Amino acid sequence: MTYNLETAEHPEKLRRVAIDPVSRVEGHGKVTILLDEQNKVHQVRLHIVEFRGFEKFIQGRPYWEVPVMVQRLCGICPVSHHLAASKALDVIVGAKRLTPAAEKLRRLMHYGQMLQSHALHFFHLCSPDLLFGFDSDVTKRNIVGVAAAHPEIAKRGVLLRKFGQEVIRVTAGKRVHGTGAVPGGMNKSLTIAERDALLKDIYHIVSWSRDAVHLIQKVHIQDPGLYNSFGIFRSNFMSIVGHNGDLDFYHGTLRARDDNGKLIFDDVDYQQYDKYIEEEVRPWSYMKFPFFKSLGKEHGWYKVGPLARVQNCDQISTPFAEHERREFVDYAGGTPMHAPLAYHWTRMIEMLHAAEVIKDLLHDDDLLGDDLMVEGERRMEGVGVIEAPRGTLFHHYRVDENDLITMANLIVSTTNNNQAMNEAVRHVARRYLNGREVTEGLLNHIEVAIRAFDPCLSCATHALGKMPLAVELVDVEGNVVHSLSRS
Amino acid sequence: MTAPVVVFAVGNPSRGDDAIGPVICGRLAKWLANENLADQVDLIEDFQLNIEHALDLQGRELALFIDAGQNTPAPFIFAQIYPSTATGHTTHALPPEAVLQVYRQMEGKEPPPSFVLCVRGEKFELGEPLTATAGYHAAAAFELLMGLCRQPTAAAWEKAVHK
Repeated sequence: MTYNLETAEHPEKLRRVAIDPVSRVEGHGKVTILLDEQNKVHQVRLHIVEFRGFEKFIQGRPYWEVPVMVQRLCGICPVSHHLAASKALDVIVGAKRLTPAAEKLRRLMHYGQMLQSHALHFFHLCSPDLLFGFDSDVTKRNIVGVAAAHPEIAKRGVLLRKFGQEVIRVTAGKRVHGTGAVPGGMNKSLTIAERDALLKDIYHIVSWSRDAVHLIQKVHIQDPGLYNSFGIFRSNFMSIVGHNGDLDFYHGTLRARDDNGKLIFDDVDYQQYDKYIEEEVRPWSYMKFPFFKSLGKEHGWYKVGPLARVQNCDQISTPFAEHERREFVDYAGGTPMHAPLAYHWTRMIEMLHAAEVIKDLLHDDDLLGDDLMVEGERRMEGVGVIEAPRGTLFHHYRVDENDLITMANLIVSTTNNNQAMNEAVRHVARRYLNGREVTEGLLNHIEVAIRAFDPCLSCATHALGKMPLAVELVDVEGNVVHSLSRS
Repeated sequence: MTAPVVVFAVGNPSRGDDAIGPVICGRLAKWLANENLADQVDLIEDFQLNIEHALDLQGRELALFIDAGQNTPAPFIFAQIYPSTATGHTTHALPPEAVLQVYRQMEGKEPPPSFVLCVRGEKFELGEPLTATAGYHAAAAFELLMGLCRQPTAAAWEKAVHK
């Protein structure tokens, strides 16, 4: 667990390759690679323009506005922020335990989010790479290309995503800017008509999700040389786990393992997260680098997200997903799998689990109940943690006597994966770029490694006219000697 | 009953001039109600366009995509758009042309005549309000929009493109 290639000895003597921003990743990211005259890689850094304006945006606002406000931080996973904030504020209003109806409605919303986000990532962002290859024609390496070559796969991706969005709409009130979760519970339950409309489609959704797992499993197993080694690095991993060690996206306690799967800590109440996790600032990146305090900066970094979760839990509570988890664990040979491309396989196992949980919830009449709110002893501070599609998400707030937010701290999933993504990019640069002429296909290898983590770069601004990707090779004097752009 | 016209208004209301789409959408909803045209136009507001929006094109006669533009001509551009495969790399958000292409591939037929109203914005920072300049641009665009909704035909909209 070292930081090889993070900082070159004499950067002023090297050529610089910048990938800015990383395509098909939300928001802005930039990879810089310093090469010498023989194209040998000396330094690789993934820079992410993180909005540290988050906290400022929230401070001074009444706490009850926060679950709605935070959805505007990110257009990609607003539900995750909505629910993580609501969970933190449950603590502040003294809602130790939600009513069964409220908790199940929140779970339904969250698993709908998980389903639609994972479907979008797999069918839209990654299937082009997986179905066509990393070096394939750039004009076909996108969802439009997938739709042309594999119309049924593309259509299922659209319908899975649409179904997840519909789950969010009926639980949150609207597809975007919903207000379903409030501190202490929920403000609406499901109508019978809404539930029945979802029930009508859920069996297709479960079936298609199973097919998606089998598709990625097949792709992975067919080329183990690539899929088991591309961008590989070993690391600790962390997630919340639910009751009895179940995979749980909504609630649980913190568990962390080392790279061999040995427990580092377990059953940790996330209200105490800051006793276990610290964030390091490095001068070259806006995004912080979290690590486990007990292991220190150099050895304490970790990965989160599907690959961590599926291997951190003891079992999955739904039968099809549990069967697929066992297949995955068997394939890995009983030790943790660390290959970044295995994120895709585990992501599809999670999508299947989300579909099965949604099916089970839709058969639970608690969803129709109207006992939705609880409150208790008022507190001044609360932490909410949720497993967002991309990994563990922390929201931590303090409020004053006037109910205004005085402190907000967010550790988003992508921040938790910051060091891990840097390591993956360095491995790929060392393996594929070292000593070779840089081409678009080779640069896409870098992006493939980043996309495996499904990072969310927290930018919902997407105005027309933005250049999605520019790559420049700059010589020692700073002159642009070669450039690639995609618009 | 599916309304013959669908209007997608795209943007994040809390990111400065990215709010142009939602602001126009809110104004349009009120105006359509006052004009008794609400059943003729479906309004869909979202942070960004994505693959599932192709499904919202089903059964339409016309589609309009309203979005903020960065470094685009002021006060706005109104143009007809067509399905395009030239979307080599995108973020999680799709350009309108790619949504049309996903529709074409999924449905096996051409999407309805589609247009984009791209209104120039200036600043896109989190927590910032709409700039005054963007407000003027949005007002100018809204004038055009009212005319389009009064004449919801492809011929009339094509004529407006060439004005």
